[in-house]
Formats: sequence, structure tokens, C-alpha cells
Amino acid sequence: MFRIPGRRSAAIVAAVAAFATLTACGAKTTDSATTSGAGATIDTSGSSVKVGLLNSLSGTMAISEVTVRDSLKLAIDEINAAGGVLGKQIAPVSEDGGSDWPTFAEKAQKLISQDKVAAVFGCWTSASRKAVKPVFEKNKSLLFYPVQYEGLEQSPYIFYTGATTNQQIVPGLDYLKAQGKTSLYLVGSDYVFPRTANKIIKAYAEANGMKVLGEDYAPLGSTEFSTIVNKVKASGAAAVFNTLNGDSNVAFFKEYKSAGLTAASMPVVSVSIAEEEVKSIGTQYLAGQLTAWNYYQTTPGAANEKFVKAYKAKYGADKPTSDPMEAAYTSVYLWKAMVEKAGSFEVEKVKAASAAGGITYDAPEGKVTVDGATQHIFKTARIGKVGDDGLITEVWNSGEPIKPDPFLKGYPWATGLS
Amino acid sequence: MTTLQDPVIAPDPTIQPATRRFGAGTGSRAVIGFGLAAVALFGLAPVVLGDFRLGLLAKYLCLAIVAVGIGLAWGRGGMLTLGQGVFFGLGGYAMAMHLKLTDAGPGQLPDFMQLYGQLDTLPWWWKPFASPAFALAATVLLPMLVALLLGLLIFRRRVRGAYFAILSQALCAALAIFLIGQQGTTGGTNGLTDIQGFFGYDLNDPLNRRTVYFVVAAALLAVLGIAWQLMRSRYGELLVAVRDGEERVRFLGYDPANVKLVAYVVAAGMAGLAGALFVPAVGIISPAMIGVVPSIEFVIGVAVGGRAGLVGPALGAIAVAWARTALSERLPSAWTYFEGLLFILPVVFLPGGLASLAVLLRRRTAKKEVAA
Repeated sequence: MFRIPGRRSAAIVAAVAAFATLTACGAKTTDSATTSGAGATIDTSGSSVKVGLLNSLSGTMAISEVTVRDSLKLAIDEINAAGGVLGKQIAPVSEDGGSDWPTFAEKAQKLISQDKVAAVFGCWTSASRKAVKPVFEKNKSLLFYPVQYEGLEQSPYIFYTGATTNQQIVPGLDYLKAQGKTSLYLVGSDYVFPRTANKIIKAYAEANGMKVLGEDYAPLGSTEFSTIVNKVKASGAAAVFNTLNGDSNVAFFKEYKSAGLTAASMPVVSVSIAEEEVKSIGTQYLAGQLTAWNYYQTTPGAANEKFVKAYKAKYGADKPTSDPMEAAYTSVYLWKAMVEKAGSFEVEKVKAASAAGGITYDAPEGKVTVDGATQHIFKTARIGKVGDDGLITEVWNSGEPIKPDPFLKGYPWATGLS
Repeated sequence: MTTLQDPVIAPDPTIQPATRRFGAGTGSRAVIGFGLAAVALFGLAPVVLGDFRLGLLAKYLCLAIVAVGIGLAWGRGGMLTLGQGVFFGLGGYAMAMHLKLTDAGPGQLPDFMQLYGQLDTLPWWWKPFASPAFALAATVLLPMLVALLLGLLIFRRRVRGAYFAILSQALCAALAIFLIGQQGTTGGTNGLTDIQGFFGYDLNDPLNRRTVYFVVAAALLAVLGIAWQLMRSRYGELLVAVRDGEERVRFLGYDPANVKLVAYVVAAGMAGLAGALFVPAVGIISPAMIGVVPSIEFVIGVAVGGRAGLVGPALGAIAVAWARTALSERLPSAWTYFEGLLFILPVVFLPGGLASLAVLLRRRTAKKEVAA
């Protein structure tokens, strides 16, 4: 069927020859390869120092991540107005991760090697963090990650300023247990955080005499919840633990209400619904339901009053502040404190300053301390209740900042988990 | 299906190859074209571009390899392959599984399995991927096998047009959901990340990353060569004939199902190869890259470049990917609007894609010469 006359074979030979020479010279370069990736260079030559802001400004995650970018910019503006860091102004370079994990990796590499930033702030989903983690480790550059996550990670080049599981999920379960709830139903989006969180919840429940009556996952972005809500209702569970993300919450809570379930009859504890999401889901569906975080717009204290006021002045009076936004804002100040203690922007010196301990900041959520060993921070857990005004008010807190324990080593029931 | 400007020539053995003028160009011109492409990819790009940009180019070239396959199946064969993500993913996962196993070392579980899977032993379907030969073969043959089985079912039953496209998309969604659900053994939404080595070479080394670029560029040239051969052969003519008049070809005594099957399987193999090269070039493969949206994005690049030619799809894929990076770096908040415009403009004003621009210009100058 395929005749190959002279000219064609000539072309094939040419193509094959090109292929062969090039693979050959490729091999040569590998043979002579001796140097391995040295630490990232940071450009500190001018009167300013660059930092990267890596957030999804487009795609499904944009609605959440833009607010994080805004609070990062607020912190940078405040620091610049007060004289900058080590006498240098901070120049933010913003990049769009596009809700796409390889794009996150590409942009992280760009910020490090093209812009020569001193540190990068951002990422939201665990998948985006997992995608950039090797990039930061390879280049020996710093990432500050501001969102609560599923734990079980400790990269030497990432600082985690959101809660790990023992600062959010475990306190949430402790609260339910104290309320006398003995059975749970687990509902989550189908990705890493809910699946890992539910694994932890099941281990906790088993050790604490609670029953898990069901576990359901909906694809990210799914809006079809009648089946799941019917199963939840039929189970007769005492409470629901909700790890749904984004739009799915709107559909879930509408369905929940129309099925006749209420916060009084079967409360839902959510770990991904903050003030911003309450607004978009609708207060009428959420009023009375519970959330587990480390910060609310209503958290008392002078530092928070200042933060909320400054945020609203910059971005609009109707804009709420939330936990990830606060953790992002705090992360810039913590980086500043580390750099100033180190007296240098150099990554290894900054890390050493943090490892030596004593990096603290009076954050809007209260005083936070960096745990040099894990590069997570001590945070106070707060259970909140959604009010009719769309704000969340605290109903319980852990009393003092909880030591971060990303691998749950201090919890005997969690031994099989990591 | 009227965008092809060249007339369809019946498979007549008396016609000399030199008189045939398809988008693929004549023999000598093609050799020159390949030469120029080789010089640009191997001579120019590595000198002009720094490590970071060259790494990005490697990623674009992977997408271009998928595009060449789509150009064959869709541009030439008329099959709107909206499901190439499946084959890209199979190739990518096959490669990533091998590299993860090598990183972990013999007898060890990959890092994510220890974290999420709580497994004591490797699942049976991971085991063969420890062998480099098996994994390498699987990156191309596994997608081809899947495409063969699917194609046999689809084309024999004469599923065409929108139904074929919908079926392809459904398959993408199904595979992505399956991979996400099996977090313990597939890495879930995170996919397989943090790949350290490539057949013994440390990927942290910039020189080795350059080598990966050369491998990708060579693969693209090889794939272009295969597509060029197929397009110029009698089979290529038959494929175009099936696209333009499937019933007529059937009445001539050919089986259109077989003709389409070959192009579909070859395109799947190319997508698998691209997925396999994507892993060392970018360092990650995840369900986000094999679902419905990326599968559509593959096709958009081809449409922008011009689907019926040989280089159009590849150039389109590279141009779209490059424009994405360039626009998003300059306008991080507003770039998606410009990207949208970039998709709409060629489709409205240049239905033959960017590749037809050259043809248009040539016609203009030819007319002027005649007038003068």
C-alpha cells in the first residue's frame, strides 16, 4: 500500500539522520554534566527586592485565589509604606496559575529563574502545591502557602501558614464529640484534601466511639446532590462533616434545606466555607451551620480591626475577610520577620533564622509563632456559627495556639495514617 | 468539510508523485522544510533560549506532537478527535509510573502511595512498569491498543460526526474520574509529581533538562516524518477521500472503517508518545491534563494552525501554547480575554488556519505577477 519512491526515502533518511545526530549530541551533553542545580539567585541589586505572587487569576479557583492575592498586596503595600524590608521596597510580581497544575509549576519556575524573586507567596489547592513543591526544592527557593490543607507534608522549602489537620479538623471533631454527637456522615469533593481528611476523621471516630454512617464524594464542580442528601437524611446521622469545595456547596446546601434538614436537626460542620463563600452560597441556606477555621472577620483584637479596616478601605466596604486571606496577609509579615532576623534575603539564612525559633507576629487571628522544626505555625482553632448577617461568629476556641503536627505523630489513633 | 483547497485526486497509480500537490508539499520542498525545522529546533533554539524558555519550548513541542496526530485524524480523516487526552494520559501515566518506581528504588513504594494508599505491596498493575522496556513500549502501544479496540467498535458501527466527538469526550471524563477516585494507587487529583530522574539521568541538572528538550524535538521531527509519509502515500489519498465522501469510497470497494482506524490508531500513538515526553519535560502528569478541557484545547491549537496540512497543526499548537505563556506573563489578570480573541479571529477570518496564510499570500503575489 505504501510505495516509497526515491525522494521520499531521501526525506526519511534526512529525518532519521537529524534524529540520530541530535540524540547523539544530547547524550554528549549528559556525559559532561557535572554541575547540579545550585541555590536560586535572588536579585537584590536595586533599591527593591522582588517577591512572586502565584495565584489563579483565571479558571475555577480564581474566585477564591484573587482575594488571597489582594491581601498579599495589602500586606506588601503596608510594609513598603513603613519603609520596606532591610531598607528595600518589596516589588510584587504577580503570575496567573490559571487553576491548572502544570501552569503553576511553569510560573513558579519563571518567578524563580527569570524574576529572581526572594520568595513566592500563593497556591491554594493541594494539587497546585504538589505541582510546585519539586520546583521550589529543585531551585532551593521559598514558597509561603496560606491555605489550610490535609497535612502529611513537610517540605524544607515551604512555609505553611494555614492550618494543618490537628489545628482545624481534629478540633472540629473534638467540638462535635463535646456536643454529644456520636454519629457522622462525610460529604466531600473528589480530590486529595477531602479524601485524606476523611481518612483522618474515620480513624478519630473509631478511637472516640463515634460512628461514620456514610462517606460520599462528588466530582469537583458537581451540582447534583439529591442522591447524596437523601442518603444523608436516611442515615439519621447526628452531624455531617462537609469537605465540599466551591460551587458544589451552593447545590448541596439548597438540597439540604429542601430535604427538610436544618442546623438544629442535623448540623453540618464545613471546613472550606469562609465569609466569602457564605456570601455566594446565600445566608438563608447556611444560617446556624458550623465552620472550623482559625480566623473569622469577627475575631476580636486590635490587629484584626486594623486588618479588616485596611482591607475594606482598599478593596470595598462590602468585601469580607476570611481565613485564607488572613493567613496570606500574615505570611508576608512572617517572611519579613525572618528576613530581618537573618539580616539577609538569602534563602538558607532565612530558613536558619526560622529554625532558630522565636519568629512571631501579632496577626489578626492572634499571636502566631513559627514552629522552626515543621515550618508550620502555631494557630488557635476556632469553631464558628454562620449568622443571619452572613458573618461567622465564634462559638468555641482552643484557648491557646495549637502546636502544628502535620503527620499527627502526637495522636495515638493516627499511627496508621502516615 | 470543504476547507481543503487542493482537489481530491483519485488513487490512480498512473499519476506521478511529483504532480500531486497536497498540503504536505512536494518531496524536495519537504526535505528543505525538514532541514529548516531541524536547524531551528536543534541549532537556533538552544542557543537563543535560556534554560527556562527552552524547557517551556519542550512542553510546547509535546503539545505539537499531539497536534500532528490530530491533524492526521481530523484534518485528513475528518474524525473530530475530542478525546486525545485519554491517549496522552495513558502515555504520560505509563512513563510517570516507571519514573516514580525508579525514583523510589527497588522494592520500595512511590512516596504518594505511602502517604495516601496505606499499601504494603505494589498493586499488580504497577509491577510491569518497573521494567524500562515495558514502560517505554507501553507509552505508545497501550494508547494504540486502546484506540484499536475503540476504533473497531466505533467505526464498524459507523459512528460519525458529533456522536464520535461526544463518545471521545465521555471517555476522557471517565478516565479522569477513575484516576481521581483511585487516590491511593494513582495519586488522585495531584497526579504523579515530583519526578527526579529520567532513565538514570538526574532531572535537577539543567544539562539533562536540555537533553530532554533535544529528545522531544527529535520525536516531533520523527512524528512529522511519519505523518508526511502517510499523507503522501496512496493511503493518505484514500483517507482524504473517506473524509470527503465516505459512501462513495465504500461503493468503490474500500472499507472506510479500516481506513479511519489506521489514522485514529496512529494519532493515538502520537498522543501517547507526547504524554510520555511531557512527563520528563514538565515533571508532572495529572487528571487535569487528560480530561475534557485539555482535550478540547489540543484541538483548538490544530484549528488555529490549520488542520488539513502537515505543519499547520504543529505550528498552531506551538503558537497557541506560546501565546498563552506570553499573554499570561504580561497581563496576568486579563489574558484570558485576549486568548479567546486569538481563538475566534483565525476561525472567523482564516478558516484554513494560520497555515493558509502562506497560501493566501502566495496567491496574492501570483496575481500581481500576472497583472504586471
